[in-house]
Amino acid sequence: MNVLVDLGHTTALRSPDREVLTLARTVAAGGTVSVLTHAPDAAGLAEELGGFDVAVLLAPQDAAPDLSLTDTALLDAALAESGATLVLGPNAAEVTDCFARLAVRHSAAIITDAVGVDADRTVTKSVLAGGYTTTVEPTTELAFVTVAPNAVAAGEAQGGQAPDVKPLAVSASGAAATVTGTQVAPASSRPKLTEARVVVVGGRGVGENFSLVEELADELGAAVGASRAAVDAGWAEHSAQVGQTGVTVSPQLYLCAGVSGAIQHRAGMQTSQTIVAVNKDENAQIFDIADYGVVGDLNKVLPQLIEALRERKG
Amino acid sequence: MSVNIVVPVKYVPDAQKQRTFREDLTVDRSDAILSELDEYPLEAALALREAAPEAEVTIVAVTVGPAAASGAVKKALQMGADAAFHVDDAALAGSDALGTSAALAAAIQHVGEEHGGVDLVLTGMASTDGEMSVVPPMLAERLDFALVTRAGTVEWGEERNGLALTRATADATQTVAVAFPAVVSVTDQANEPRYPNFKAIMAAKKKPSAVLTLADLGVDASTVGRDAAAASVQSATPRPPRAAGVKIQDEGEAGIQLAAYLAEQRLL
Repeated sequence: MNVLVDLGHTTALRSPDREVLTLARTVAAGGTVSVLTHAPDAAGLAEELGGFDVAVLLAPQDAAPDLSLTDTALLDAALAESGATLVLGPNAAEVTDCFARLAVRHSAAIITDAVGVDADRTVTKSVLAGGYTTTVEPTTELAFVTVAPNAVAAGEAQGGQAPDVKPLAVSASGAAATVTGTQVAPASSRPKLTEARVVVVGGRGVGENFSLVEELADELGAAVGASRAAVDAGWAEHSAQVGQTGVTVSPQLYLCAGVSGAIQHRAGMQTSQTIVAVNKDENAQIFDIADYGVVGDLNKVLPQLIEALRERKG
Repeated sequence: MSVNIVVPVKYVPDAQKQRTFREDLTVDRSDAILSELDEYPLEAALALREAAPEAEVTIVAVTVGPAAASGAVKKALQMGADAAFHVDDAALAGSDALGTSAALAAAIQHVGEEHGGVDLVLTGMASTDGEMSVVPPMLAERLDFALVTRAGTVEWGEERNGLALTRATADATQTVAVAFPAVVSVTDQANEPRYPNFKAIMAAKKKPSAVLTLADLGVDASTVGRDAAAASVQSATPRPPRAAGVKIQDEGEAGIQLAAYLAEQRLL
């Protein structure tokens, strides 16, 4: 099977990109893997793709002058170039938007947030906030699938040849919005919440001393999350909110402090591999799903934990 | 000049309660509400109307679903929408996003015919059940409207023939200008949706609300529904409940014990 991977505007691989590339190599099973980036300057990316058995890296000649319209045309051109019957990408809005538009244009299946894709294109996904696992089959010749972060183990790049970069020239006509300004967010040294292997989360019980949660996160090399109560109280940014109306995380370790574990919060984290909870209320709902629970004052437990972790690093 | 805004709304199982699949592999909607995320585009539409009375904004809520989905349009009318359309047709059962978006696009065109065109389609950023976020781009594609997804702020643009928006991408905040006609999805950060008061609830009962079939919309029933779905659900398995694990009481050493547990589980 020929597979096309759309990495969005990426210029350097991040872990969700590696995960999708690993999956593409597996399901292609000897077929061709083509990769598309929407960023014009792709030479550095080609180097990084060396180990993933990528046949060709497709890249635009120019940056898209509009929102969505030209990017969709670019993916359509890449699709024709690649001869793919399966298009994969990380589960990011810019990728999903293009996939959805082309699913209409080509009457093709679209399945988002896959946690697995088989060689026969059967997709496994987690739905209803982790309450169910479904298998979904595309009935069309062409299928678009976005892949959830942390669902597939990223393979190591295997020192192969960097693919050739093939420029694609596209133009699109139609209605589109234009970006009139961009303010780049200051880079954080912490991993992204949705992609992190370890996530440390603070809830209502943390109080104003949220820096304790951040300190623990940095000790563990973790991303920082917050419950809705902590976000509403202004202790953390909304982008850090884990739960129904925030982000869904599925890390290897989810460690929370002062989080009661309301259903809306559990919806965003219950597929985590290991859940650790610290809460002074022994009846807190979070303990029902925690692999390891500590009933105690987080203002004592967390500093002691941080100290113990530092000693272990010694 | 007048501006016509359509807000598609979805009737979804209450996310605060236990949600299940039925035997036919569709989600059980017997205990359903207006998707919480659809209140934000409604509020955004109402705010646009209130910010510029001279723009003569008309807000029409549209839903696709079985009879019970009328609950979603009712709530939308209570919040302040002026009129509603409900596409209810047995042939729609089991539709995937392609089928749903086809019916929705046809309903939006129908609104345009009745109201002299549609300038803006405002949607939520996702449904709280499917959580795919694909219907807004599908509508833009089907209607040939401009597309902006995940807008965090929504304001009138200059001349009021479009909008000025901001949206957060993975690593930046963009300011965006879009001219009508457009499809714009808004996040749950865009505003604080109002609660309908008693007066609004009573007023909603007098607002026009119509039920449409696929035939009314000129949609071929064989292109939607379970048999036409491009993505076919084969199985739905409840996730085994997570069992509670070890629970310890802090007696002064819990931090050290926790560090030992993490090391033992190779999580450090």
